[in-house]
Formats: sequence, C-alpha cells, structure tokens
Amino acid sequence: MLLGYTITQWLFGILSFLSIMFALMVVFSRNPVNSVLYLVLTFFCIAGHYLLLNAQFLAVVHIVVYAGAIMVLFLFVIMLMDLNHDNEPQKTWISKIIAGIAGGMLLCVLVGSLKGSEQLGISQYGSSQIGMVKNLGKVLFSEFLFPFEIASILLLAALVGSIMIGKKEIK
Amino acid sequence: MLAFIIYKLIICVAVFGLSLAVAAYSTLWERKLSALLQDRVGPDRAGPFGLLQPLADGGKMFFKEEIIPNVSNKFLFILGPSLVMLTALMTGAVIPWAKDAYVGGKLYSMQITDINIGILYLFGVVSVGVYGIMIGGWASNNKYALLGSMRASSQMISYEIAMGIAVIALIITSGGTLSLREIVEQQDAGFANIVWQPLGFIIFFVCALAETNRAPFDLPECEAELVGGYHTEYSSMKLGLFLFAEYINMFISSAVMAAFYFGGYNFPFAQELYDAMGLADGSKWIALIGFGAYFTKIFLFISVFMWIRWTLPRFRYDQLMNLGWRILLPLSLLNLAITVVVEFFRGHITF
Repeated sequence: MLLGYTITQWLFGILSFLSIMFALMVVFSRNPVNSVLYLVLTFFCIAGHYLLLNAQFLAVVHIVVYAGAIMVLFLFVIMLMDLNHDNEPQKTWISKIIAGIAGGMLLCVLVGSLKGSEQLGISQYGSSQIGMVKNLGKVLFSEFLFPFEIASILLLAALVGSIMIGKKEIK
Repeated sequence: MLAFIIYKLIICVAVFGLSLAVAAYSTLWERKLSALLQDRVGPDRAGPFGLLQPLADGGKMFFKEEIIPNVSNKFLFILGPSLVMLTALMTGAVIPWAKDAYVGGKLYSMQITDINIGILYLFGVVSVGVYGIMIGGWASNNKYALLGSMRASSQMISYEIAMGIAVIALIITSGGTLSLREIVEQQDAGFANIVWQPLGFIIFFVCALAETNRAPFDLPECEAELVGGYHTEYSSMKLGLFLFAEYINMFISSAVMAAFYFGGYNFPFAQELYDAMGLADGSKWIALIGFGAYFTKIFLFISVFMWIRWTLPRFRYDQLMNLGWRILLPLSLLNLAITVVVEFFRGHITF
C-alpha cells in the first residue's frame, strides 16, 4: 500500500499513462520510423495490462504477433521506402476534418460498447486462472469451437488472398 | 522474503555471468577450432594456450576509438546494440540448468523462473531481438547497413515460422506443456525427445542456425556483398556487443536444443548412477552432475555450430528464402502431421 493504493493499482496507473503517452507519440512524431517504434512500445504497455489481468498467454502472444512480426514488417516497409524526411507534405484541411469526425465516431462506438459491456456480464469466466494456457485452450476448443474455427477460416482466406496478390502473374 | 530476493539475485547474476563467460570463451574456442580445421595453430600468445585471448579481445574493443556517424540518429544508434545484447541475455531466464537441490535445508530451483509459458517467452524475446538489428542498421544511415538489417529481419521472421511449427510438434510429444522444466523432466523417465522428433530436431537446428545469423546463414553480414552488413558503421564496444550477442545467442540456442531434444540435465542411466553413488533426491551432487551433463551437451552443440561455419559456404539469398519457405515450412507441417499420428498411437492424444 503506497499512498492508499495497492501495487497493482500503481502498476495499472503507470502502464496506462505510458501506453496513452506512447500512443500520442505515435501520432505526433514527425519521423515515421519513430512512430513505428513508439507503436511497438505501446504494444508492450498493452501486454503489461494483459499481465495485470493474469492473462499471460495473451500477453506473450500479443508481443510475438504484434511487436515481433507485424510491426517488424511495418518497420521493414517504412525503412525501405526511406520516408525519413521531416518535411512530409501537410495534409489538406478537409482530410483533417474527415479524420477528426471518423476518429470521434470511433470514440463514440468504443464508449458505447464500454457502457454496454456492463450489462453483458462478461465476467462469467471471471476466475483468475482463465488466462492460463490450459484453461484458455479448454474454453476455446469446447465452448467457443465454432467461432474459433470461423476465425481460422478467415485467417486462411486472408493468407490465400495475400499470396494471390503477391503473385506476379496469375495463370 | 529477503532470503527469496537474495536467492533470486544470486541465480540471476550466476546465469548472467555464465552467459558472458561462455560467450567469451566461445570466441576463443571458435578460433581454436577453426585453426584445427584449417591445420593452423590459432591464438596462443596471450596466456597458456591463448587462454587470456578473450580478455585481450575485450580490452581491445573497449579501448578502440568510438565513431558515431554524424548524420545518424544518435539515440537509436546506441539503442540498437544495447537491445540486441539485452534480448540475448534475457533468454537465459527460463532455462532449467539443473535439478532442484537442498542448500542449507531448503529446496532451491536452479532456474531463474519457471513460468508456464516458457517456450512462448523464448519466442517473444527472440522476435523482439530483431528490432536491435533493424534499428542499428537504419540509424547507421548507410545503405549497406540498411540492406544487412533488412536481410537479418526477413531471414529471422521467415525461419521463426518453421521453428514455431517444429516446436508445436515437440510440445505435443511432451504432453502439452509449455514449461521448459516440465519438458526436461518428462524426458527423465523415458527416451529423450530426439527419438520421437528426429525430423523436428533437424528443422529446429537449421532454424536455430538461421536465427543466430551463423554461417551458412550469415547473409546479413556478408562481406562480399555488404561490407560489414548491419554493423558496418559500428566501432569499439558497440561492435563488440553485436558480435558478443551472437555468441550468447549461440549458447542459449544450444542450451534450448539440449533441453528440448536431448533431455537437458538428464542422461542415460542417471538414476542408476545416483543410486549406486547413494545420493538421495535433492542432493547437491545430483544437481552438479546434471549440470555437468547439460553443459557437455551444450558444448557439443556449440562445437557443431562452429564446425558448420568452417565447413559450409554461405547460401545465396534466394536459396536461403527457398530453403525457409519451400522446404523447411512444408517439412515442419509434415512433421506435425506425423507427430499427431504417432502420439495418437502412443496414447498422448485422446479424442
């Protein structure tokens, strides 16, 4: 107990502050490579949040997939495109307004879903051990087998699609 | 609580020191072994048999002039090698070095931490290790360095997939555990995993060579095409960190292979030997003998890594990508399918 808060609450506060700060840095940094690196840091902070929720598996998979694979590819492309100029062309005011409206609507949706989640009773799997690999696997492969398989088919379709796009000529 | 923290501190420092010491003496062993293979003497000036050579090399690295390119991003330039070293050292945390032993009446585990997602932790740390090379190569503001780091990262991402699928097959063989300690322990009674996973081991070994950027997969630092690859602009101890991290990675991947496929600190007829010596479970000597056996395996693997480097020529880059995507990936999927069938008949998988 420090200043009336538990250690978990302190960690949550620090992690939240860091993740929001890094997320803002992603948007505000001029150099795209720096943006990507800040985004990686944001992902690490979110993985920290998962750890606080006792979801170790999710945390590590989050790091392996997002920080370790997807962001490496982002970085890859940005480095090869050599966007490393500080004088990027400014966006026109109409695109700024559109981006603002779209972002604001996304915020509305997120706040709405946050309000709605209270009525859903998501915590029915609320035992603190649900984040462990074994428990998660059992729930995924028994109760949620159908959505799980649908998601895998979706991924397979994306895989085949990316190969088709990547091919030089389609015979 | 204090005793626990002190014990963890001691074991952390021990693993840290061990990684550094093994890496330092791997450099000497690499030079000695290459000399042996090429019928030379190798370094023999510093100390008896050249035993002080690593210290001399390290000292030289520290006292070299440090050059930071004028145009590069200084912070990222320094961050690159630091990150490579950090991730190389972090991987040692989940490796079980020996059996639990009683010291002063209390049972101590010879492992920094036994998390139940040990393998995933390893993969996470390894996949983050790519950033060090990429950031370093990019911040050098040099085309050769950038190309070298691109090669390194695409190579590591490509081979991680085959490696991951090989490890999934291994996890099935080990009865579905992700903890390194349990994987080693379940090889205690029966055969080592290599008996059930010969193909998986070969895939894992090739991928480990590629992940550590060792020859014949050392395309990222291919002198003939890229000067020095991603560390072209680096000098002094920053270059040293890049080179040193490679040796630590080699040590850790040897340790992981020995643990995954060759039983770690177990060896054939270990229990009979302990019984003959009259050692009870949890004895210090069992831990020590097991550690010795583990270390022998690691040493052999490191030697094989070096043997390959001084025997095989480097791949061409398209050959490297073909091997990763067209040969190793289908082979690892085949291995997974075979494993599932075999394990079904062994009774590890039930429906």
